Amino acid sequence: MTSELISLTAAETASKVASGEVSAVEVANAHLDRIGAVDERVHAFLYVDREGAIAAADAVDKARAAGEQLSPLAGVPLALKDVMTQKGIPTTCGSKILEGWRPPYDATVTARLKAAGVVILGKTNMDEFAMGSSTEHSAYGPTHNPWDLDRIPGGSGGGSAAAVAAFEAPLAIGTDTGGSIRQPAAVTGTVGVKPTYGAVSRYGLVALASSLDQAGPCSRTVLDAALLHSVIAGHDPMDSTSVTDPVPDVVGAALRADVKGLKIGIVRELGGEGYQAGVRQRFDEAVTILEGLGAEIVEVSCPHFPYALAAYYLILPSECSSNLAKFDGVRFGIRVGEGDGDPSIEQVMGRTRAAGFGDETIRRIMLGTYALSAGYYDAYYGQAQKVRTLIQRDFAAAFAQADVLISPTAPTTAFKLGEKLDDPLAMYLNDVATIPANLAGIPGMSLPVGLAPEDGLPVGLQIMAPALADDRLYNVGAALEAALLQTWGHPILQEAPSL
Amino acid sequence: MSTSTADAVVPYDEVVAEFDPVLGLEVHVELGTNTKMFCGCPTEFGAEPNTQVCPVCLGLPGSMPAVNATAVESAIRIGLALNCKIATWCRFARKNYFYPDMPKNFQTSQYDEPICYDGYLDVDVETDEGMKTFRVGIERAHMEEDTGKTSHQGGATGRIHGADYSLVDYNRAGIPLIEIVTKTIEGTGKYAPEVARAYVTALREILRGLGVSDVKMEQGSLRCDANVSLRPSPDAKFGTRTETKNVNSLRSIERAVRYEMTRQAAVLRAGGTIIQETRHWHEDTGITTSGREKSDAEDYRYFPEPDLVPIAPDPAWVEKLRSELPENPAVYQARLQAAWGISDFDMMAVVRSGALDLVAETVALGADQAAARKWWVGELTRIANDRAVELTELPITPADVARVEALVGEGALNDKLARQVIEGVLAGEGSPDEVVAARGLAVVSDDGPLLEAIDAALAESPDVAEKIRSGKVAAAGAIVGAVMKATRGQADAGRVRELLLERLGVSE
Ligand SMILES: [Zn+2]
Repeated sequence: MTSELISLTAAETASKVASGEVSAVEVANAHLDRIGAVDERVHAFLYVDREGAIAAADAVDKARAAGEQLSPLAGVPLALKDVMTQKGIPTTCGSKILEGWRPPYDATVTARLKAAGVVILGKTNMDEFAMGSSTEHSAYGPTHNPWDLDRIPGGSGGGSAAAVAAFEAPLAIGTDTGGSIRQPAAVTGTVGVKPTYGAVSRYGLVALASSLDQAGPCSRTVLDAALLHSVIAGHDPMDSTSVTDPVPDVVGAALRADVKGLKIGIVRELGGEGYQAGVRQRFDEAVTILEGLGAEIVEVSCPHFPYALAAYYLILPSECSSNLAKFDGVRFGIRVGEGDGDPSIEQVMGRTRAAGFGDETIRRIMLGTYALSAGYYDAYYGQAQKVRTLIQRDFAAAFAQADVLISPTAPTTAFKLGEKLDDPLAMYLNDVATIPANLAGIPGMSLPVGLAPEDGLPVGLQIMAPALADDRLYNVGAALEAALLQTWGHPILQEAPSL
Repeated sequence: MSTSTADAVVPYDEVVAEFDPVLGLEVHVELGTNTKMFCGCPTEFGAEPNTQVCPVCLGLPGSMPAVNATAVESAIRIGLALNCKIATWCRFARKNYFYPDMPKNFQTSQYDEPICYDGYLDVDVETDEGMKTFRVGIERAHMEEDTGKTSHQGGATGRIHGADYSLVDYNRAGIPLIEIVTKTIEGTGKYAPEVARAYVTALREILRGLGVSDVKMEQGSLRCDANVSLRPSPDAKFGTRTETKNVNSLRSIERAVRYEMTRQAAVLRAGGTIIQETRHWHEDTGITTSGREKSDAEDYRYFPEPDLVPIAPDPAWVEKLRSELPENPAVYQARLQAAWGISDFDMMAVVRSGALDLVAETVALGADQAAARKWWVGELTRIANDRAVELTELPITPADVARVEALVGEGALNDKLARQVIEGVLAGEGSPDEVVAARGLAVVSDDGPLLEAIDAALAESPDVAEKIRSGKVAAAGAIVGAVMKATRGQADAGRVRELLLERLGVSE
């Protein structure tokens, strides 16, 4: 029965494929069937590459039959966020302006997935150019939260998180600029990791804010995330900002799952006022569990965190205004208004951009253009970079007192579609707890810690570690996950209504 | 093609009597690296449009730059040769503006953190009081990428307005450039045009010596923009400047600066104001015409390039590069001039013709310096000009010229035959020895045939023979001439004379 195949973890699937118990093609078909059955309602995918997926799965089966050594995730299906290029496959970034564009090259992440025998099912929905916390800013319509189809799945990577939560894929790739992996994970009851900045190559990731963007794994278990992390991470000469340090042993850490003697810091500035009662309750319970597992809980203060959101909303729009300049209709994507009158090239570029970009994108391009302008640069971009340095110092001080830091991932559970669409500031506040990690370049993970009593929706807990110590996330995350699983008796996603 | 009418100008001597010129020169040098600044695409000149491109230099979504280490090394070597300080830490910056030949709609350049800064270059200019050295300050030398090339099709003018459509070739996009910017050049007085030319000439020699670029102005691998302004006196504040582009020969630099001074003087004299603008130089008509207006308020929204890590050259490596620099051309020139014992004027002729290295190499291979200069600065420069190529592009090497001179020294060739050998080498007939053999050009040195010819000539002019015998040695010339004629110039005239006198039993 296909439902058994789709409910397996990635680790289980890989081992069954490797042993020959199931074929990779059967696994791929089971997931493609599931997508066919539920995605009309969830809308996690913008494009499903049925032929490509079957061909990739078939290649894994043939390699196995030929006695070749399979890599640890060979034959496991994956959903790729539509911000990552895949050769010959439409890549839109959730924007009209890229409609119909088929990139002539694979992102480094895509290439590594292919090389590892991972079966790419298709491209997932997202807020346009990864700007948003609800996936409502996609030009192709919103994604729906599998827990409640009237609610948002988080953003910008709502498609990737929803695909994993809806059992359309056991794994997905997300990208996280201010929380776009972690916040969707929190509101969909899944696991999402933003690795250390530079741990995963950005080559082929269509840039939103280059100094903040980072790709990472989405999954239903901590171990699955670790397995995917170790496939995609590592230095890439095509991305000179990628780190040269060896990839930490994240899989080993996930298997160790032992917090005895670890110092875990609760960030005072993340979790008080403005956080939903049920979110705080589940977070506090998780802290108690960690303490019970032998961790030492300390409280730390990061006094500059209240300025993080403001700094983020200057740095991101500034970089984004420049990164999105290339979308002009000259070399790729749509071209608008060429035949209208006798327009100059500048007019066609302007018309293309006006027609191709959505409101939120235009809002941020305008903000960034303004912030970078002569005479304003120092007051805005320059000042924001100083705040960034202060936040890095806050983290350094906090990590002197604790091995990892924890907080709720998002202040609330999933809100209703349309609820915050007209209130950008309320929307921006969803990322208040996740943004500091991006500003400092440190790794963060969100994992489910239960359902909020008042609405029955998932609550996420965020773990943060010092740069390059991504393995600590997996160690702590796996320990907490195991303890929670024991309490619940089953994975949390089993409590989601059937689709 | 220019559509505007020529502006009024003031005679040059009146300009310099009334105004003090201030210059600023920006030189863009295309580096001769095998690959582009931020990707692995090849950089050969003249390939089919859009065949040397990839996701990076096309600015496709998702692509990222990676710095070409050879370009960084070249930039540092250029800075060192221009007496610059080398940054211990610097970044690239994005210069944001929309233009169709800019793939990303921003240029990856350097802004307030150039890799090289605060240097100078001394240049010599001939003045009324003899040779004078001017020190040109170097503000900065920084790395950046070139843009693509747009060509406007159809329409009347070949310019963007009125064109039916435009084609963009991105082969040039991403070629590494070094932009070298001078500090304001003051105190040149009437020699401003000569200083401008001397600066670019000296800079070109340095770049050539470093081997970092082929520095071909006509192909655009070395491009110069000249900022010119006038002020009433050296104490006055700077006047408004114009930036003249499209100046692509050494001669044009001098002419363009001179023209712009005379044009600005006419505007100022008439009580007008100079508009800060870009102007285009027209080689054919010798004038500049107005381009786009350029204000200081033009806002490129520079910010540090977040897709690249900062560059922090190891000081030990920089010192190593410094120790390996070729000799400074000025020092090198002075050394050669002393060794050759020639005048400033003669040395200038060698430098200006771009023959310095060729002459030096020819001399190093054993040729006499005067003979080497005679060939390279005279005959060969003339031929190169006729063919409109660089001297170095002629199909003849210093070794060829040295060999021809060696044959002359041995008496195997005379001047006239030597010219024919050079001609043969240039025509692709092979090495000098091969040309000599193929064309049968060797000087007749076997005494036998010479004696026969002498006897024949004496028999034809018995009266002259008698005069010589009687001691009128001066008459020997007529017989020597006849022998030379009979041997079609292949005889060594000196030897003919010796044999003749010997034959007649006469001594000088
Ligand atoms: Zn390229």
